[in-house]
Amino acid sequence: MNLLKGRSARAAAGFAGAAALLFAVAPLLLSDFRLGLLAKYLCTAMVAVGICLAWGRGGLLTLGQGVFFGLGGYAMAMHLKIADAGPGNLPDFMQLYGTATELPWWWQPFANPLFALAATVLLPMAVAAILGSFIFRRRVKGAYFAILSQALAAAFAIWLIGQQATTGGTNGLTDIQGFFGYALDDPVNQRMVYFVIAAALLLLIALARQLVHSRYGELLVAVRDSEERVRFLGYNPANVKLVAYVVAAGMAGLAGALFVPAVGIISPAMIGIVPSIEFVIGAAVGGRASLVGAVLGAVGVAWAKTALSEEFPAAWTYFQGLLFIVALAFLPGGLASLVGLVRRRMASQATDSEETKPVVPVGEAA
Amino acid sequence: MDRTSGTSRYTIIGKLDARATTAPEGLLIPSHSVVLRDKGVLLSSVPSIHRRRFLAGTAAVTAVVALSACGAKTDSASSSDKAAKIDVSGDTVKVGLLNSLSGTMAISEVTVRNSLMLAIDEINASGGVLGKKVKPISEDGASDWPTFAEKASKLIKEDAVAATFGCWTSASRKAVKPVFEKNKSLLFYPVQYEGLEESPYIFYTGATTNQQIIPGLDYLKSQGKKKLYLVGSDYVFPRTANKEIRAYAKANGMTILGEDYAPLGSTEFSTIANKVKASKADAVFNTLNGDSNVAFFKEYKSAGLTAKTMPVVSVSIAEEEVKSIGPQYLADQLTAWNYYQTTEGAANEKFVKAYKAKYGQDKPTSDPMEAAYTSVYLWKAMVEKAKSFDPEKVKAASDGITFDAPEGEVTVDGASQHLYKTARIGKIGSDGLIEEVWNSGKPIKPDPYLKGYDWASGLS
Repeated sequence: MNLLKGRSARAAAGFAGAAALLFAVAPLLLSDFRLGLLAKYLCTAMVAVGICLAWGRGGLLTLGQGVFFGLGGYAMAMHLKIADAGPGNLPDFMQLYGTATELPWWWQPFANPLFALAATVLLPMAVAAILGSFIFRRRVKGAYFAILSQALAAAFAIWLIGQQATTGGTNGLTDIQGFFGYALDDPVNQRMVYFVIAAALLLLIALARQLVHSRYGELLVAVRDSEERVRFLGYNPANVKLVAYVVAAGMAGLAGALFVPAVGIISPAMIGIVPSIEFVIGAAVGGRASLVGAVLGAVGVAWAKTALSEEFPAAWTYFQGLLFIVALAFLPGGLASLVGLVRRRMASQATDSEETKPVVPVGEAA
Repeated sequence: MDRTSGTSRYTIIGKLDARATTAPEGLLIPSHSVVLRDKGVLLSSVPSIHRRRFLAGTAAVTAVVALSACGAKTDSASSSDKAAKIDVSGDTVKVGLLNSLSGTMAISEVTVRNSLMLAIDEINASGGVLGKKVKPISEDGASDWPTFAEKASKLIKEDAVAATFGCWTSASRKAVKPVFEKNKSLLFYPVQYEGLEESPYIFYTGATTNQQIIPGLDYLKSQGKKKLYLVGSDYVFPRTANKEIRAYAKANGMTILGEDYAPLGSTEFSTIANKVKASKADAVFNTLNGDSNVAFFKEYKSAGLTAKTMPVVSVSIAEEEVKSIGPQYLADQLTAWNYYQTTEGAANEKFVKAYKAKYGQDKPTSDPMEAAYTSVYLWKAMVEKAKSFDPEKVKAASDGITFDAPEGEVTVDGASQHLYKTARIGKIGSDGLIEEVWNSGKPIKPDPYLKGYDWASGLS
C-alpha cells in the first residue's frame, strides 16, 4: 500500500500547492485586469479537464465542446440579462432587434436563478446524454465521432446567429451588469468571480481524479484501447463512453457559465468550430491523458495567445501555429509525457537489475 | 501524476472467479509489473484521508474569501465613480488602436489601422497634441468579439490610453461598448453601421442609416425603382438594416420581393442569384460583407443579370473590396457611402497622396479609412478645445467641432456623438474606382434612432 499512499500524498501536495497559487499568490501578484484574464484561462482549463477524461482517457476526440460551453454560457448569460432588465422588462437586445413583446416561453424558466444555475450544468449533460446514446449505440467512433461533434458545433453556432431576436445573433449576449445582485464592474466582485472559478476548477479536477482512479476509470481506458475485448467480456462500451462524454459536457457547461461573469460576454464566436478546436489544442499541448498536463496546457495556451498577441499584434498567429506544431510533432503525448518519459527512463534503469521488466505497451493510444 | 497514463498497458489475464473478487472490473488488470504486485491500487476507489482533508480546506478557504469580500451591489451607485486613469506623465500620450489584424475581418481592418497610423504620424510631425507626441498601442481583435473586449480592457487598464480608435463589425462594437462605458474611456468607431445606438463613450465617425441607407433608397426611388430584393450576410447589421428598409418601402409605396441571408464568409450564391433573377425585381439592395460579395457578384453575372437590367446598391463595398472582387463583375453597379477616392477637394488630394506615399501607389482609399483618419483629427481638435485629455472634458468640448475632412467638412453633433456627413451615391467604374453620381448637397444631421422619420417609429 506504499504506492497508494505515495500517490495520494503527492496529489494532496499538488492540490495544496495549486490552491495556494490560485488563492494567495495570483491575487497578490496580478493586477485586477490580469487576474480577470486568469479567470478566463481557468474556464478553458475546466473544459480541458472534461476533454482529458473523454479524449485522453476515453479516446473520444470531442471536437464540439463549444456546444456544451455555449449551452452553459447562454443559460447563465440569459438569466443575468433577464435579471438586469428587471421584472416585466425585456433584455435590451430583444427590445432592439425583436418583435416579440414578451420573453419567448423557452427563455422564461431562466428568469429563476435556481433553474438557470441547474441548467448551466444539467442542460449540456442532457444534450450530451441524448446525442451520446445515439452515437455510441450506433458504434460511431474515431474520425466519424470527431467530424460529427464538429458539425454539431458549426450547426449550433449558425443556428444561434440566425436567431437574432431571441439569442442576440452574432453579437451574442453582451453588456451584462450584475451577477446575482452584485455589480460586475466592481473590482472586488470581479475578484470574487475569480475565486469562484478557481474553486470550481479545483473541484472539477478532484472529481475527475476520483473518476480516473476508480474502477470506472480503468474500464474507460480499457474501452479506449480495446473496445472489442471489453465488449467480449460482457460490458457495454457504449455506456462507459457515454458517462465520460456526459461528464465532460457538464464540465464544459459549468465553464461556459462561469466564463460569462468573468468576461461579460457569450457569443457564437465562443461556440463554433475554431473555439472548439482551441479547447482541444490546449489539452493536446499539455498532455491529453494527464489531468495536470491538460489543465496546465489549457492555461498555458490561452496565456500564450494573450502574451503573443500583445507583443506581436500583426504576426502572433504564426508564432502560435509554430508553437502547436513543435509541441505536437516532438511530443505527441503533450508536455506531460516529458515527465512520464523521464520517470520511465529512471524506472527502467532501476529495474534493469531486477528480473521483472515492464511489459511493452500494446500500442500508442489514438 | 499516475503511471498508467498515455499508453496502453492492459492485457486481460483471463477470467477470474467471480466470487473471488467483489468487482467484475477486476478482470481488467494492468499488466504493469509494479501495479500487478498491488491490486489494491486498482480496486481502490476510496478517497484518501489526505484528499478529504484537503477538499475541506479548500472549501473553508473559499467560504472565508466569500464572506470577507463582497463588493458593490447592482443597485448601489458606488461603482460608477471609477474613471479610467490616463497616463499623461511623460512627453507622450498613448492611444489605442483596436483592429482585427488576423481572421476574416483582417483584410478590411488592416486598412483602417494603416490610415489611423497615417493620421497619428501627421499629427506627431506637426507637434503632437497639447505638446505631447501621440504614441499608438496596437492590439489585435482577431475578428473575435470576446477578444475585442479583452483587448479593449487591456488598453484602458494596463496602457492607460487617452482614447481608442477602431472596431469594424457591429458585433465587435457591441462587445466593447460595456467595457468603454464601465471604465469611462472613449472609443472612436469609424465604420458605417445600422444605427439605433448612442453610447456616451463612443464617437461614431462613420455614417448612421439616415446618412447612407436612406439616401440610397431615396436615390432608387428617384430612379423609379419600386420592387426591391434584399440580400445580406447573416448578422446584426444586414438584419437591422433590412428591417429599416422594409419600413421605408412600406411608407414609400415600394415592395420587397424577397429577403435572403448567407452566413458570413459563405461563397455559395447560385440559389440566391437564381431567386433574385426569378423575382424580376427592379433593383437589389446588398448588405453582404467581405468575401461573400466576390461569389455573389460572379453568380449574379453568370445568371445574366447586369447593372442595366437590375442594378445592385451595395453598402459594404468600397474601393478595397472592388479591387478584390474584380471591377469587371461590378461595372456600373451602385454603392452608397460618404466618401470615395475620387471625391473632389484639396483635403482628399492630400490624404490620397499621403496614403499612397506611405503604403504604396496601388493602394486605394475608402470610406472607413477616411472616417478613421478623420476621427484622429477630431479627437485632437476636441482635446485642444478642452485643453485636457480627460474623457469627460473631451466629450463636453465635442459639440460643434468641425474638420475639413477628405470627404468634405464634417461637424460633431455633441448630443448624439455622431457626425454631420454628406451622403454620396457612386457608380463603380471599370478601372475599380467609384465615381459619384449623386450627393445630398450638404451634410445630413445624424439621426441614429430615425426619430425624424414617421415610418421608423416602430423600429426601436
